[in-house]
Amino acid sequence: MSAAPGGAPVTGGAGAAGSGGRKSAAPVFEITGLSVDYGEGPGATHAVADVDLTLHRGEVLGLAGESGSGKSTLAYAATRLLRPPGVITGGDVFYCPDPDSPGRRINLVEAGPEEIQELRWSQISIVFQSAMHALNPVLTVEAQLMDALAAHWPDAPAARRRDRAAEMLSLVGINPDRMRSYPHELSGGMRQRVMIAMALLLDPQVVIMDEPTTALDVVTQREILQQITGLRDRLGFSVLFITHDFSLLVELADTIAVMYAGRLVETAPARELFRSPHHPYTLGLLGSFPSLHGEIRPLAGIPGSPPDLRNLPPGCAFHPRCPYAMPRCRSDLPRLTLAGGGRQRQVACWLHDGAEPPPELAGRREATTAAGARPAGGGRQGGQR
Amino acid sequence: MTQPGIGIPEAAGGAATDGAVLQARDLVKHFRVHGRAARAVRGTRPVVHAADDVSLQLLAGRVTAVVGESGSGKSTVARLLARLITPTSGEILLEGRPARRVPAREYRRKVQIIFQDPFSSLNPVHSVRYHLARPLKIHGRAGGRDVGAAVESLLRRVNLEPAAEFTRKLPHELSGGQRQRVAIARALAAGPRVLLADEPVSMLDVSIRLGILNLLGELRDDGLAILYVTHDIASARYFANTITVMYAGQVVESGPSRAVADQPAHPYTQLLLLAAPDPDRPAPERITVTGGAPSLVTPPAGCRFHPRCPHAMDVCSVRQPPVFTVGDGHTAACWLHEGKQAAT
Repeated sequence: MSAAPGGAPVTGGAGAAGSGGRKSAAPVFEITGLSVDYGEGPGATHAVADVDLTLHRGEVLGLAGESGSGKSTLAYAATRLLRPPGVITGGDVFYCPDPDSPGRRINLVEAGPEEIQELRWSQISIVFQSAMHALNPVLTVEAQLMDALAAHWPDAPAARRRDRAAEMLSLVGINPDRMRSYPHELSGGMRQRVMIAMALLLDPQVVIMDEPTTALDVVTQREILQQITGLRDRLGFSVLFITHDFSLLVELADTIAVMYAGRLVETAPARELFRSPHHPYTLGLLGSFPSLHGEIRPLAGIPGSPPDLRNLPPGCAFHPRCPYAMPRCRSDLPRLTLAGGGRQRQVACWLHDGAEPPPELAGRREATTAAGARPAGGGRQGGQR
Repeated sequence: MTQPGIGIPEAAGGAATDGAVLQARDLVKHFRVHGRAARAVRGTRPVVHAADDVSLQLLAGRVTAVVGESGSGKSTVARLLARLITPTSGEILLEGRPARRVPAREYRRKVQIIFQDPFSSLNPVHSVRYHLARPLKIHGRAGGRDVGAAVESLLRRVNLEPAAEFTRKLPHELSGGQRQRVAIARALAAGPRVLLADEPVSMLDVSIRLGILNLLGELRDDGLAILYVTHDIASARYFANTITVMYAGQVVESGPSRAVADQPAHPYTQLLLLAAPDPDRPAPERITVTGGAPSLVTPPAGCRFHPRCPHAMDVCSVRQPPVFTVGDGHTAACWLHEGKQAAT
């Protein structure tokens, strides 16, 4: 890749993985069986449990979940940024550096600190949620961009580095005149753009975005999302986009993975997931966002509260809130398995184990929502706590 | 004796249900600018134009949404209406009386506010019972042996059951949604006629937001006048009867919520709707906006939206648009609608 000193121009990665890359199925980032605990011993909290997730080249993979679902912990663990008391207790994270030899994989969980440092940012970079906290308030934007370049391009001349920093800023729509600005002199949207420029600085193959637009106004959010997809099309990187805003992902992501209480409960291509959710939690989430069109129907959200990871119910963690819960759900943990609708659809729910699932969870939701309205979340209306 | 904990005192039967319970007339709030930011502006006494000429009314049994981005002045309006800050000019009328003539305690009893962050709006060292018993006693709604029953009745009203169990809990033992329900119960303890809700669900998990909105909807149906301040126009469309859209401290559009959300008349409302996440549309709309929100210290002349407006005309940068009627009860402050009948 072009992380070498005086590396390729901005569009360096585009040829290999750009427009054509999105549909190619070659994985670039594979998480298998990853488990993360906070603390050790019997009192440990299982924040992430047995997660399998594959990010393909050029893909935007959306990871949706509420607070405490483990989505950010997953991202931190996968990039080895997890701090104590967080511990990776199992699983592997593979990174495939070369699109031409997909068999070559680096296991990030086993990689040594030097190897990690080499890969991090040049190959795998991260955009954090709060740009105000992620940027250093006493350094100019230029100094912070140059810092990353100095670490990874030690032999490149300063002028070359400065050009690269300016190039990336203009790419995200910031006039390079603003290089000398301090973070507090920029608006929230511009700070987030600086973060994105910084993440793309070394032409990485994988960019992990942890709620990058949550603190922003809707108009700014839309502009930044447009920019991310535009840059992805041009530069061909892959994105793991983490958010609680499910409605956003349907438009943005190619594939969506839904997380609940530390586990993946459903993965599917974005549009399919929206049209026919298979997991009752996904159905409930879809019923939690009022529509901008059509008749206004009563929506119920999901009854109950998100689970306490320190005190998870036995069986399926969602069963206390699930309107379809069966006796089996209270004792046996459902595993993520292939579901109807092709090999890309996976769901962890006993309703899909043999017997016929209820129609609204079996891909027949379209018929009931022709006008674009959403179904009421699961049918149970009262009794929210 | 009326049931103390239930919350809404004979609201529907009270005087003039069709009139506004709380009304804002041309409210202006300017904050003085100090320090370096002040010296950067030439002229005397620079101010932040947080709210300019904002008029709206809250009706019994109705939800009025104020929608806008950060810095639009929507929270300032809520704080003005709660009398947490005093207006620079303009008038607030409570049940037709000028608010400044209403004694503070009576105003507090009739107008209550709930805030965005249920993690900081409850005192961590006090139990749920304490949070609810205090306003009951202060406003004389329950005393002595009645307090316990009134507290439990309030908790049942906000669907926190078993109520007896919740009275003993401390805020850290509650989830975000439960805390916000306690905050709502605390507001109801005063027996208000008006509830001002400043982004009541934006800090809560998505799956429990609707539960809180539906609870506020029940209170509305009981006769409470509700102000719903939000940045989320989809939830305003779902939940509010009328929507008022604010931009840079001014009201740009106002009307029945379906009319505003389905036939937006002001280019800013149109932009907001286009930018909102919407899984129902086949492909994301591309938006092109020039620049961000304007400075509130030196707002643009004419229409404050004109530097970003795709339809801006010459007049827009010179003269501030008056309010034009564009539909039944639907108004917009935009020159594009000139020629239609001007609203009074």
